Amino acid sequence: MLLKGAEVLVQVLIEQGVDCIFGYPGGAVLDIYDALYKAQDHIRHVTTCHEQGATHAADGYARVTGRPGVVIATSGPGATNLVTGIANAYLDSVPLVAITGNVARALIGRDSFQEVDITGITMPITKHNYMVKDVDRLADTVRAAFRLAASGRPGPVLIDIPKDMQTSFTEYVPATPAANTNNSRIDEASLDAALALIASSERPYIYSGGGVVISDASEELLALADRLECPIGTSMMGLSAVPYDNPHFLGMSGMHGGYAASKALSMADLIIAVGTRFSDRATGNKQAYQSGRKILHIDIDAAEIDKNIVSSESVVGDVKQVLRRLLNAGVQRQPSDWAEQVRKVKSSAESRPEMPNDRLNPRSAIEAVNARLQPEDVVATDVGQHQLWTAQYYHFRRPRTFVTSGGLGTMGYGFGAAIGACFGRGKKRTVLFTSDGSFHMNMNEMATAVSNNLPILVVVLNNRVLGMVRQWQTLFYENRFSNTSLARRTNYAALTDAFGAKGYRVESLEALNNALDEALGIDGPALIDVCIDCDDKVLPMIPPGGTINDIILKG
Amino acid sequence: MEEKFTLSILVSNEAGVLTRVSSLFGRRGYNIDSLSVGETENPAFSRMTILSRGDVATRDQIIKQLQKLVDVKSVALMPPESTVLRELMLVKVNAELPTRAQIQQIVDVFRAKIVDLSPSSLTIEITGEKSKLDAFIANIVPYGILELCRTGVTAIGRNSNILTGTEEKEI
Repeated sequence: MLLKGAEVLVQVLIEQGVDCIFGYPGGAVLDIYDALYKAQDHIRHVTTCHEQGATHAADGYARVTGRPGVVIATSGPGATNLVTGIANAYLDSVPLVAITGNVARALIGRDSFQEVDITGITMPITKHNYMVKDVDRLADTVRAAFRLAASGRPGPVLIDIPKDMQTSFTEYVPATPAANTNNSRIDEASLDAALALIASSERPYIYSGGGVVISDASEELLALADRLECPIGTSMMGLSAVPYDNPHFLGMSGMHGGYAASKALSMADLIIAVGTRFSDRATGNKQAYQSGRKILHIDIDAAEIDKNIVSSESVVGDVKQVLRRLLNAGVQRQPSDWAEQVRKVKSSAESRPEMPNDRLNPRSAIEAVNARLQPEDVVATDVGQHQLWTAQYYHFRRPRTFVTSGGLGTMGYGFGAAIGACFGRGKKRTVLFTSDGSFHMNMNEMATAVSNNLPILVVVLNNRVLGMVRQWQTLFYENRFSNTSLARRTNYAALTDAFGAKGYRVESLEALNNALDEALGIDGPALIDVCIDCDDKVLPMIPPGGTINDIILKG
Repeated sequence: MEEKFTLSILVSNEAGVLTRVSSLFGRRGYNIDSLSVGETENPAFSRMTILSRGDVATRDQIIKQLQKLVDVKSVALMPPESTVLRELMLVKVNAELPTRAQIQQIVDVFRAKIVDLSPSSLTIEITGEKSKLDAFIANIVPYGILELCRTGVTAIGRNSNILTGTEEKEI
């Protein structure tokens, strides 16, 4: 079948099972949008307010579905607006296929109107990128991009398609997508060494990361904790993989992790790290983290082994497969009173949340939302204090229900991500926790939520300051609040009304409860502006480079 | 402990590959002491030789990060004892009549070659290991080096050690 390049692209998207994409039209993608117009029975295209929102939406979609998210943007500024979203997906290992138009090949390299070298710009933040220079290779390039985005350690892939490649004709030969086989060989000797290391330990601690969510390995992880009678702490990216009420679960560890998780980790003689890259935010002082204990590192990316933390033993492979192999091989540890020791830590006074929940504050606000949501409902966040409070106080019960920017820490991520997640879950209830700082970055996407009538509830934890930076200024910069006190007078409720959605402002817990009951009944977007104190802190906190001995428990 | 090492990398012979490899070194803070690249017996592949330095952990990271690049087909650490290492250098040296014979002697000792001459200068071509080239420079310096260029080291395994690439790999 002889088709134009743009039509081939759309055919291959359909081939790959894509039914929802995000993007923004423009001059260099007119032909692609024309092909999408003709294919609207197969692919829904969501037009956002800004290309950044579209990449975050594709990212959120991918996180909740596990399938590559797709974003389309025009050349030049359209393409550069994708950059933050692509970097965000890269650092959190999110499968993403970004498609950009570019000027015709004859105009490339001449600083033509809206020309930019987007493959050059995105080289360090993609698994790989392509510029299509031969229309006969377009279909296979798109197929390769999807395969690459989802295989191994997932990540973003960009395809830049010059305008003349979209309009040239080529023979389209349909193909079925290759099955994703993460069945790379697991080295037997490394498995044996891992089993021996665990067998010699008395006090193992499972440190679970985002790889467990990506590889759908929750069941195996919990089975391992049962078998070893040992605690599980997670990184922020690993949070939703372990149900909050699992008896082994100690919460998140790291800079703003719970006391119990950090304390148990410091008492362990073996850390079993599963699907994680030992981010500096998660480890704190690396010397102290490693000293006095062994490290078993399990990850699909060989380059993560010994990159940040030197392991005693390591197994490279899909974590679900590796955990299964360990369980089937009868993994065991030395008998000890470890479980009892951990129980004591978990029930200690230091492990209780410092923040009360009998009046309106971040904790009670998040708990009020939590009490009204179902286990499968998705919670997205922006970046800052509200994000960490959500990580600490929200009760995640199912994998892929927490959509947050971990590695890049992108303020303004949340709204786009919530939109993508909402589409990924068939337009089911989605909650976005954000703050006045993050919300102001990309609030424009409220318009997208309204046009698509998405049941997204935005909860703004509003403290009128850039709270996380203020917290550091308070603790480490002697209260010099340089440029973090915002003199904004935004009326969030009225703003939301102006966008065409329903807005609320609450100053008490009772008012919040009433607003939540009403807002969650609305079939469409709503926003609640929750007034909180500007000096509420995210605690506990282990200062950068610190250890459990430096933990700040009270504000 | 920092040490020098040689990597031989088989890459796809496509536009942008050199940038992908060199920018990986740049953004992760790895050193490149020398880099040379050229097409192989299979026009689909190019072969890069990179001289770098760092401790063992850095060296292993470099190799693993390189292996994650789609265009990198294989990476080999080339042990000095089983590798033929060569570099080519062209030197233009001041050579007035009275010193020409002396320079000719040095050229002979090093088995170098005079490839061009003018009334006041000689251009010398020399091939060998890095240490030989450095020694040659040390001997020629007194006459006045006008211009010097080196290709960077290229390397091939001794005996039947052959670097082959795989088209399909999982990243």
